[in-house]
Amino acid sequence: MSEETGQSEQAVELRGVVKEYRRDEFSVLALNNVDLDIPRNDFLALMGPSGSGKSTMLHLIAGIDRPTAGRLTVLGDDIGGMGEKELAAWRSENIGYIFQTFNLIPVLTALENVELPLLLTRLNKKQRLENARTALDIVGLSDRIDHYPRQLSGGQEQRVAIARAIVTDPAIILADEPTGDLDAASAKEALNVLALLNEQHGKTIVIVTHDPHAARYARKTRYLEKGDLLPEGQLPEDWFATTAPT
Amino acid sequence: MAIPLSYNIRNLFVRKTTTIMTALGIALSVAVLVGISALISGLNGALAVTGDPLHVIVMRQGSTAELNSTVTREQFQNLKFIEGITEENGEPMASLEVITVFNLPFRSNPDEVANVNVRGLPPMGIRLRETAGTLQISRGRWFDPGKREVAVGRGIFETNEGTSIGDMLNFGRGEWEVVGVFDAGKSAYNSEIWADANLLAVDLGRGGTLSTALLRAEDETTAAALKNRVTDDQRLLLEALSEREYYEKQTMSGQPVQTLGVFVSIIMAIGSSFAAMNTMYAAVARRAREVGVLRMLGFSRGSVLLSFLFESLLLSLLGGMLGCLLVLPLDGLGGRIGNFITFSITTFEFEITSGALLLGMSFAAFMGVLGGVLPARAAARQEVLGSMRNV
Repeated sequence: MSEETGQSEQAVELRGVVKEYRRDEFSVLALNNVDLDIPRNDFLALMGPSGSGKSTMLHLIAGIDRPTAGRLTVLGDDIGGMGEKELAAWRSENIGYIFQTFNLIPVLTALENVELPLLLTRLNKKQRLENARTALDIVGLSDRIDHYPRQLSGGQEQRVAIARAIVTDPAIILADEPTGDLDAASAKEALNVLALLNEQHGKTIVIVTHDPHAARYARKTRYLEKGDLLPEGQLPEDWFATTAPT
Repeated sequence: MAIPLSYNIRNLFVRKTTTIMTALGIALSVAVLVGISALISGLNGALAVTGDPLHVIVMRQGSTAELNSTVTREQFQNLKFIEGITEENGEPMASLEVITVFNLPFRSNPDEVANVNVRGLPPMGIRLRETAGTLQISRGRWFDPGKREVAVGRGIFETNEGTSIGDMLNFGRGEWEVVGVFDAGKSAYNSEIWADANLLAVDLGRGGTLSTALLRAEDETTAAALKNRVTDDQRLLLEALSEREYYEKQTMSGQPVQTLGVFVSIIMAIGSSFAAMNTMYAAVARRAREVGVLRMLGFSRGSVLLSFLFESLLLSLLGGMLGCLLVLPLDGLGGRIGNFITFSITTFEFEITSGALLLGMSFAAFMGVLGGVLPARAAARQEVLGSMRNV
C-alpha cells in the first residue's frame, strides 16, 4: 500500500487463484493456483498456447468471470466477493476492455459507440459527447466520428474500440488479442495507441496475445501453460516449435 | 441509465423486411379489431340516435319488438288523452303506426334480397320525428295520405334496388310508388320505408289493429311519468318504454358480429404475438454478442430487458399505426347488418372513433409486450462470457 496515496501499489493481485470449468462429470482446470502481481502503470503481455488460460485470467481480472478458489484483488478491491450489480458498476468505472473482433455496435456511429459507457456515468449529454470526441481524438479518429463501423477499416474499428475502452478514464485496460483480426499496419497503429496510453496517460495495460510482435510493445511478458503461470523469463516447452515464425 | 433508444430504432430499420412483415401481421389484427369497433360504434350510434328521450313507444304487453306488437285503434283513443302528452295546434302528438317487413333486392347484387321495415304512419308520425331531430325529405316529397305512395329512407335508397323516385314497389295488396327519399341523419329510420298508416293497415288486413303507438311527452320528467302511467293502466294492457330504451335494446343485434370480431382479433393477435416473439428471439440470437458487450460495459440485466422489450413495443406500435391507417378509409362508409330483433336490415355508417384507435394501439402494445417479454428475458439472462462466446 502506498503511504502517500493510500492506494495499493499493485493494480492486480492474484493469490492462489484457481479456475475450474465443470460440465456434467467433466472438469477442466483453466488456471491452477496462480499468483501474480501487476503493478500500477505496467504494460503486461500474457502469452501461451491456446487453452493455456490467458483469456480466463483476463476475464477474471475484468470481473466477467469468478475464480473457483483463491483471492483476486483489482485496484485494491476484492472483486471475487462482489455481487453482480456491484461488479457491473465497478467494471464500468475501472476497466476498459478491448476485444479481438472489436465488438462495436453496428447501428451506432463511432461517436455513439464511444459515448455508450458514459451513459452509465452522471455526465450530461454535452459532457459525454465532449469526452467521446476527446477519446476519438486520442486514437486519431476525430475525422470519423459520424461513421458507422461498416464504414471503417479494421484498424479504425479497433481504434474506436480502444476509444470506447478509455473514454471513462479507467485505471486498467484489458485487451484480448487486440491485433488478432488486423493487418500488420493496423496492428501497429493499435499497439502504438496502447503504448501511448501506458506511457503518457499512466494506464495499466494487460494484453493477451499470440503475436510476439505485439508482446514487444509490453514492458514485461509472462507465459502460461496448461493453466500454470510460468516463472518470469520461462517459456512453455516447445514454445518455438508451436509459434509460427513471423 | 437505459440503453439508448436509437439503438432499438436503428436495429428495426436495419432488419427492414422482418420489421415490415411482423408489423404487417400486427397491423392486420389491429385492423380487424378497429374495423369491428367502427362497425359497432356506427351501428350503436345509428340505433342510439334513433331514440328521442321525449318519445314513449307503446306496445302490447310482453312484446319485444314493434313487429310482434299490436295496439288497437280503441286503445289508441284512450292513450291519446293520457296526461303528459304534448300537443301541437291542440292535437296530441301521438301516432298509431303499423310495421311490416318485405323483401327488396340489393343494388350491388340484385339476386340477393333483404328484409326491409315498412312503417305505416299518419302525418303526425312524421311531425313527431321532425320535431325530435334531423328528419327531412332530401329528394322528392312525402307521401300523400290516402295514396299508394311511399318515401324511402336514405340508407334503403343507397343500398336497395327499385327505390328511386318513380319506381314501383310491390308489397301488401299491390304496387306503391316511390315519391321521396328522406334523410333521418344517422338514425335507424334511414333503413325504413314509410307509407300512409291507414292504407298499409288495410293492405295488411289489420284495419283495426295496428302495431305500436308513439307519444311525445312535454319533457323528460313527464316522459318517465307517462311511461309509468301507460304501463300501470290496467284498462290498456299495454307496455310503454322510452324510445331510447327500445333502440338501445336493439344494439344487441350487433353482439354476434362483435363477439365474432373480437374472437377473430384475439386469434389473430395470438398469431401476431408469436410472429413478434419469433422476430425478437431472432434479434436476441443475432445480437447475443452485442448483449454481451453491453453487459461487459456495465449495463444491467434490467437495462437489457427493457431495451429488448421496448424494441418489441416499438415494432408492435408501428404495426398498430399501420393497422389504424388501413381501416381509416372505412370511416363514414355505409354498411348494413341484419337486425334479429326487427328481422330486417339496419343501415349505418362505420364510425372510427378516437377510442377505437386508442383501443387498436393498446391492443398492438399488448401484442408487443406479450411477444417481447420472453425474448427480452432471454437476452437479459445471458451471461456476459456466454454471450461473448456465442458467436
